[in-house]
Amino acid sequence: MAQASAQRVEKNEAGEVAIQLLGVNKWYGEFHVLRDINLSVDRGERIVICGPSGSGKSTLIRCINRLEEHQSGQIIVDGNELTNDLKRIDEVRREVGMVFQHFNLFPHLTVLENCTLAPIWVRKMSKADAEAAAMKYLTRVKIPEQANKYPGQLSGGQQQRVAIARSLCMNPKIMLFDEPTSALDPEMIKEVLEVMVDLAQSGMTMICVTHEMGFARQVANRVIFMDQGQIIEQNSPVEFFNNPKSERTKLFLSQILH
Amino acid sequence: MTDVPSPQGWVRSEDAPRLPAPPNTTGPVGWMLTNLFSSPMNSVLTILGASFVIWIAWGVIDWALIRGVFTGEDREACVAVPNSGACWPYVWAKFHQFVYGFYPFDQRWRVNICFIVGAVTLATMAMPSLPYKKWNALFLLVVYPLMTFVLLTGGNLNLSSATIYFITGALLFSALVVPIAAFGIEEGIQRNKLALILAGIAVAIWLVSLFVSMPEINAFGGFISVATLINLLLLTAAAVLSIGHRASTRDIAARSALLGWVGAVSAIIAVLVLVTADFGLVQVETQQWGGLLVTLVVAVTGIVAALPLGILLALGRRSKMVVVRLFSIVFIEVWRGVPLITVLFMASIMLPLFLPEGTNFDKLLRALVGTALFSAAYMAETVRGGLQAIPRGQYEAAQALGLSYWRMMNLIVLPQALKIVIPGIVNAFISLFKDTTLVLIIGLFDLLGIINASFSDPKWVSPQTGTTGYFVAALMFWVFCFAMSRYSLFMERRLATGHKRRGI
Repeated sequence: MAQASAQRVEKNEAGEVAIQLLGVNKWYGEFHVLRDINLSVDRGERIVICGPSGSGKSTLIRCINRLEEHQSGQIIVDGNELTNDLKRIDEVRREVGMVFQHFNLFPHLTVLENCTLAPIWVRKMSKADAEAAAMKYLTRVKIPEQANKYPGQLSGGQQQRVAIARSLCMNPKIMLFDEPTSALDPEMIKEVLEVMVDLAQSGMTMICVTHEMGFARQVANRVIFMDQGQIIEQNSPVEFFNNPKSERTKLFLSQILH
Repeated sequence: MTDVPSPQGWVRSEDAPRLPAPPNTTGPVGWMLTNLFSSPMNSVLTILGASFVIWIAWGVIDWALIRGVFTGEDREACVAVPNSGACWPYVWAKFHQFVYGFYPFDQRWRVNICFIVGAVTLATMAMPSLPYKKWNALFLLVVYPLMTFVLLTGGNLNLSSATIYFITGALLFSALVVPIAAFGIEEGIQRNKLALILAGIAVAIWLVSLFVSMPEINAFGGFISVATLINLLLLTAAAVLSIGHRASTRDIAARSALLGWVGAVSAIIAVLVLVTADFGLVQVETQQWGGLLVTLVVAVTGIVAALPLGILLALGRRSKMVVVRLFSIVFIEVWRGVPLITVLFMASIMLPLFLPEGTNFDKLLRALVGTALFSAAYMAETVRGGLQAIPRGQYEAAQALGLSYWRMMNLIVLPQALKIVIPGIVNAFISLFKDTTLVLIIGLFDLLGIINASFSDPKWVSPQTGTTGYFVAALMFWVFCFAMSRYSLFMERRLATGHKRRGI
């Protein structure tokens, strides 16, 4: 697998690679949570990561915008290697949007203020421009009419769509989704997935940790299966679902696909 | 409702009528029945409680109003009436003293201006519906303290030449921060090595000069120690290097760091010019201040200083930087572990022993610093409680959006954390307000102190003077504390609207 990704690096030297992880390892205390992760993501690629809970999927994508530190190996995002250099970290975070399982909207700000905060303070946009952009993205996630409400007044699905719009307002090159539908009631999952599909079709580079296999089949270029901190298998969705190679993948798929 | 529904296949044919609520469940009678007399036990408690309240209230009214003496020129009025109540003429006669202490009579308009301006700006600040909050806050936190200082003391502060040299040195020294602010710590140090070395030498010479006396020469119209002169030259060179280097680059961060420094230094110089300027006001020593004036000065300074300091200490205690965290923990635990009386004693008696001879801090100023730092330590723990209540997801979302640490704290974490701890913060304010009475023990006369002192006036000695005085003291303290308490409740309710969290 290390060989495969090494080849990929050579092939994409012309800036086609959005994210590159080389031999990444991470420990929580004594616990080895990420083991020798090698992964390269091209621009415009849409990747779904799945696996049993505790397999390190969330930790992996949280390392990509440095919400977690890795202890060895290299992570290069959009040409910036993540180290302790705060400037680099800021640059990466500006270009990488993230959507969380529990939305993490700012409850003391209105939906519109949630969306304009980072563009105004980080991108130094004028308030009017930021608000215009925010309304554009809120329209895109189909809730412009909620702009002046507080997050606590919205349903879970609406909150998650606001969270997606908030990330998009920073005009990111890469979007990370950390189980975006896991905390939602069943009838709200669809509205969020629709927004994500729309985003995928617009050519955004996306990495999604999710168990929505329908979504994976529909939009993913590649599905990655993780278990016990390692990448066990990666393949195109058709191959992955119809013809899984590893025993662990087969077991996992048999458990989630009824 | 008339037709009995069969278990299956039943459809309502007409709407059930909307009926009024049963009698005695709404209106005042309903309220009393549900809240005061809902059960026999509750009724007994209500009657007992009401009787107790009426008994106390009647006692106070009887003493203060019915048996109270309202007019008179001296103690005779209160002594003459047998079994008399409150001695109000004493309060009328002494009220000005309660408010101003021994502040010179013809200068009291200065205190009045401070009171009125303070009350008006505070009221406009406190009303959320009024506009220009930013300017109001700026006035209240920058202009008003300066104005109060100049008006109350008379300004025209006399700075010793040593103090002026020290401030000049400190300002020059602060220029070293500019490159660090512009390029980050490592690069900032790299680019500015020479200036840092020069400044280091200056600090070393200064430390030595604290213990070894240096020869003095005649310069700048006075005597100046050689060490000071060399230090000022070294620091000037260091500052020129730090700034000059920055001014030549076109980097926006460097520019804004430089501008920020220039702004801060000019502001400090402006303040110094203002407090040393002669406005033709008569000097009033703080020894002459007293009463409500001292109480308010100590309490308001304590409150205004404690909140920002407390927030910084709370953030420091949760910082990842070990030195910052350690400093915060030691500071908080030391100040919290010492009684306020000890702090005040230390400030008034011990501190002068440690300071070099000739430096003379005002007693009130020392008490102010003492109470401010003391309450900052308490405030820090209150704020830390609020910080801990903010879910980690809020920090992560802010970081993921690329907000820097201070922006994250300012825009996301602190607004939510402080909102949670409003009751705790106001609690600290109220207890600080009442703790100001302790300045009595270091010889400052606050409201309670001045009332206490007035008992010894032979003109007003009567059996009821003491009781009346303490009653007035309690009433005045209660009015301020109750106002703070009500305002905090109002803010809590106002800020709570629409913020209820779901799904977190």
